[in-house]
Amino acid sequence: MTDMLSTTRQTAIERTKLVRAGLRRRHLNEAIFRGLGLAAIVLALGFVAILFVDIGRKGIPAFTQSNLHLTVNFDPAILDIEPAPVRADGQSDADFRAANLVWQRKVALLNWNKVIEASLRAAAPAGLEIDTRDLLTIAETDSRHVVRTLFVENPDLLGKTAEVDLLASANATNWIKGNIDRSLGDAQQQLSAPARALIDTLVDNGTISTGFAWSIFTNVDSRAAPASAGLLGAFVGTLYMMIIVIFLAVPIGVASAIYLEEFAPKSKLTDFIEVNINNLAAVPSIVFGLLGAAVFINYMHLPISAPIVGGLVLTLMTLPTIIIATRGALLGVSPALRQAALGMGASKTQMVFHHVLPVTFPSILTATILGVAHALGETAPLLLIGMKAFVAQVPATPFDQATALPVQIYLWQGNENRNFFEPRTAAAIMVLLAVMIMLNGAAIYLRSRLEKRA
Amino acid sequence: MDMVAGKVKMTQQSVNSTMNPTDMLERAIRLTARDVTVHYGTKQALHGISIDIPDRAVTSFIGPSGCGKSTFLRCINRMNDTIEGAKVGGTIKLDGEDIYDPSLDVVELRARIGMVFQKPNPFPKSIYENVAYGPKIHGLARSKTDMDEIVVSSLRKAGLFEEVKDRLQEPGTGLSGGQQQRLCIARAIAVGPEVILMDEPCSALDPIATAIIEELIDELRENYTIVIVTHSMQQAARVSQKTAFFHLGNLIEEGVTEDIFTNPVHKQTQDYIMGRIG
Amino acid sequence: MNSLIIAGLLLVLLGLAYQSGWSRSRGLVTTNGVKVHSRPQYHGAFVSIWALVPALLIVGVWAWFGPGLTRSFIVSQIPTDTVLALDQVGLNATIARIMQLASSYGVAGEVLPFEQTAGDALRTFNFISFLAVICAAAVAGIAALLYARSQINARLRARNIVERVINLALLACSAVAILTTVGIVASLVTEAYKFFTFIPPQDFFFGTVWNPNNAATGGNYGSYGLLPLLSGTVMITGIAMLVAVPIGLMAAIYLSQYADRRLRAVAKPMIEILAGIPTIVFGFFALVTVGPFLRDAGRLVGLSINATSALTAGVVMGIMIIPFVSSLSDDILNQVPRTLRDGAYGLGATKSETIRNVLLPAALPGIVGAFLLAVSRAVGETMIVVLAAGNAPVLRGNPFEPVATITVSIVNQLTGDTDFTGPQSLVGFALGLTLFVITLCLNVFALFIVRRFREQYE
Repeated sequence: MTDMLSTTRQTAIERTKLVRAGLRRRHLNEAIFRGLGLAAIVLALGFVAILFVDIGRKGIPAFTQSNLHLTVNFDPAILDIEPAPVRADGQSDADFRAANLVWQRKVALLNWNKVIEASLRAAAPAGLEIDTRDLLTIAETDSRHVVRTLFVENPDLLGKTAEVDLLASANATNWIKGNIDRSLGDAQQQLSAPARALIDTLVDNGTISTGFAWSIFTNVDSRAAPASAGLLGAFVGTLYMMIIVIFLAVPIGVASAIYLEEFAPKSKLTDFIEVNINNLAAVPSIVFGLLGAAVFINYMHLPISAPIVGGLVLTLMTLPTIIIATRGALLGVSPALRQAALGMGASKTQMVFHHVLPVTFPSILTATILGVAHALGETAPLLLIGMKAFVAQVPATPFDQATALPVQIYLWQGNENRNFFEPRTAAAIMVLLAVMIMLNGAAIYLRSRLEKRA
Repeated sequence: MDMVAGKVKMTQQSVNSTMNPTDMLERAIRLTARDVTVHYGTKQALHGISIDIPDRAVTSFIGPSGCGKSTFLRCINRMNDTIEGAKVGGTIKLDGEDIYDPSLDVVELRARIGMVFQKPNPFPKSIYENVAYGPKIHGLARSKTDMDEIVVSSLRKAGLFEEVKDRLQEPGTGLSGGQQQRLCIARAIAVGPEVILMDEPCSALDPIATAIIEELIDELRENYTIVIVTHSMQQAARVSQKTAFFHLGNLIEEGVTEDIFTNPVHKQTQDYIMGRIG
Repeated sequence: MNSLIIAGLLLVLLGLAYQSGWSRSRGLVTTNGVKVHSRPQYHGAFVSIWALVPALLIVGVWAWFGPGLTRSFIVSQIPTDTVLALDQVGLNATIARIMQLASSYGVAGEVLPFEQTAGDALRTFNFISFLAVICAAAVAGIAALLYARSQINARLRARNIVERVINLALLACSAVAILTTVGIVASLVTEAYKFFTFIPPQDFFFGTVWNPNNAATGGNYGSYGLLPLLSGTVMITGIAMLVAVPIGLMAAIYLSQYADRRLRAVAKPMIEILAGIPTIVFGFFALVTVGPFLRDAGRLVGLSINATSALTAGVVMGIMIIPFVSSLSDDILNQVPRTLRDGAYGLGATKSETIRNVLLPAALPGIVGAFLLAVSRAVGETMIVVLAAGNAPVLRGNPFEPVATITVSIVNQLTGDTDFTGPQSLVGFALGLTLFVITLCLNVFALFIVRRFREQYE
């Protein structure tokens, strides 16, 4: 017995030596492993930071626009036109409108460019020699529309002058902001040398000033007048789609979840449905776009590129998320609550709707907001239902052609005028991200508020 | 009271024939604990525990559930370090060295103090790999033959070798509950600890497996210092030489097992043994 | 305008029905003193449902058949020789003019006499049919209302009936999810089938050249080989996984095993932010920043990396997938019982040894499942690839060159004119079917593995 004691003591000492020998290496490995984990977190967060900073740096300059303050003279010599038509007695609506359109077309055929040109020359230093075409590149091409619309609304401006704010052209803006390298030679510049010189002069004498780019928010998209291209159409389109998603996906999703969780008999069929819903949640979004194209557009002949179709497609995409979230919330309700309700003599339906559902309300709300936020950022399915087309007006109803925020971003990023549209796209992305952050923040805030109350 | 005491006397005599109270008191002390406290956040789980653990004997901690015996056990091999928010106060010394000394390597400490858990937790590896894991990471085997020897001898000491010698490569999780627990004991032994801590090792096992393990414990105590937490007084009486009674985070009474069960000093101890509390 | 009136009248009917049912039920309670089975609101709902269904049916029938009937009526008003003289477009225009005449709006320009008479006749027809529909719906609704009302007595199990109707409505909603899957499968299969009548399946599935002839209307449609697209998809997915899995997994390990509560509370939501960013933003980021960066970096080390390439798209896609891998892995790691970790710690293992030797092997099936789900996500991703991978459907193995994937090609082929008659657009559906099958298999397999893994530890 004592022998064993001394041998165990001996081996204990040996063992300790062996253990101690390996300790340094093991602790080094531990430090390296831990360091790798920390590095991974730093990398991941770093990517987030780089992304935001990069988009921010590119986008913030686009939030300013260059405005031309011009005194426009509605010179009768250039604007040779009769007064606007007045409605005669007994004239039908259609006829009067036709007459009006005829007059407006005549107005449109007037040489508004000359009016703009005159205004620009008036603002330029006296005696400056510059080609008309070069001169007109300074103001955006929609200037003549702006002035013309002003005239159509106030035909008595004929012969008078008015102060008008016009947008500087996209190329001019590039030059002013330095989006295009000033040191590049004439061949690589978008504007001619005299035009560029004049722009600098106009900036100096205050004719051109920079202000906040409201045009991004208040204008619709424009191909002809890039400086005025805005997100308004996209906002409205996205808004319609979001409303459709909320009003369709939430009731149907919650109802489905309630049925599957509370009422459906547990069987192979319900298992299959559950597997089916889980899979739907993981189907790539572009497949939903294909579904929309084949069924909603091709088969049901719904209008192409309309928010109704986009809304329906996004609803189908969001449905599985809401169903799964609601089911999770329903599962989380304590059986004690259900038993209490049933014990009072409530029917199953009453128990579900009066007792269980109110408790799950915060989770459903959060899931809805997050689902809507996710759908808001989807682009691919919308491209497939025809939203790749350029849409230049605000949709009046969900059945009109429209575009959506992410699609607008996609269209802008493809624009040839990279120097102008790259910052603008980044700005649009910032707007989109802002919306998403607000939605996510609202979801988190509402959840904490509602859960605290419950 | 007499019936319990009588049973205790009988089992004590049959198992601990080489031990008597005087022997106990003369034994060397392996672990000393002084004023040990444990806080989980703001809640205090242990209030000033002081006890000596004798060398190469079985000490049992008994008491109603939630009384802090497992918490104290986990202090001994610093397992509470892995629980976020746990704060340990007081001193615990192994062979005179403070185990909470910052310069002491926890990894090394746990090679000297092994642990067996309530629910058998073999790794999802083969039986061989399970037992070899400890020696492998501590670098105790210099060659494959060394490792083989360690594995075989550990399995033998745990009384499992005969049953698994033909299937060492099979997964450890495929064994029965009692075998799994013996595998865990073999795993702990393989590292060559001096102290083995057991946290209710039999509570998840059937009576036959329990009996086998109790016999094993009795064999093991010849070479290892064992501390066992148990909720069964009978087990404590059967297996241990020293018993400590815990209640609500306090150490109420401790002493030679026979004395505790036949002549408890404190009323709470008496109440627990009589089944009035816990 | 008419629809608003009809909707309004239906609401009125609904309100009337509910009110009459409700008051009748209340009347029951007070006069008899007998215990009534259901509360008044259920009787009200009972009568409303009864009243509304026939009315809705009639309105629905008119909505479905009405336009066709109206059109036939208009055509009948046009002299036959005129009808024969006009082609389809001209006929539609004439009908439109007549419809405009029938409304008070009027038509610009000269009105032909037959158009005027047809317009007047149509106006009468519209008016009469509108009244007829309203009357029919009202009569049906009110008749049903009276019938339902007569059924109200103390023993009527109105609540049960109403609840069963609610049940049916819930069931119908659940059917939507099934219908969606059915719709997806049906539309993909039918359109893909049409495609395969132009191009034989083996040319599609095993073809190595992708060169659709988008201008062709007959004859040589071009080549529709899947393999270049598949190779692009595989390459980009592979690169994305190389980025996402190490970073995501290590981040999850650190957050769940090493990080203290404060760091976890800050870092986890921030990584989740990556998950909420729309993919078009990543695409833009890849195009304008990452692409040029990789190209310049490549130049520094002597590699010729194209700014839009599989590498660019793959790297950014990997970044996008990091939170996905990270949160799935975190869930998986937390499922491994604590006692396994404790067993390793008790033996004196360091944290990294425990993680590497015990935790990860135990979690391995779950992690493989998570990996497959991430792959499925990468395969189905579109916008990052559209913007940043270039568009070169060529079968080659160089990640530094532009590639095309299945998703990109779907977008390219289906955003021209949406006439689904030629193989140029129909191939989009064949591609979609392929994509759907691939992701379905990955998902089902992954969910199966993860479920088995969970059951192991339950």
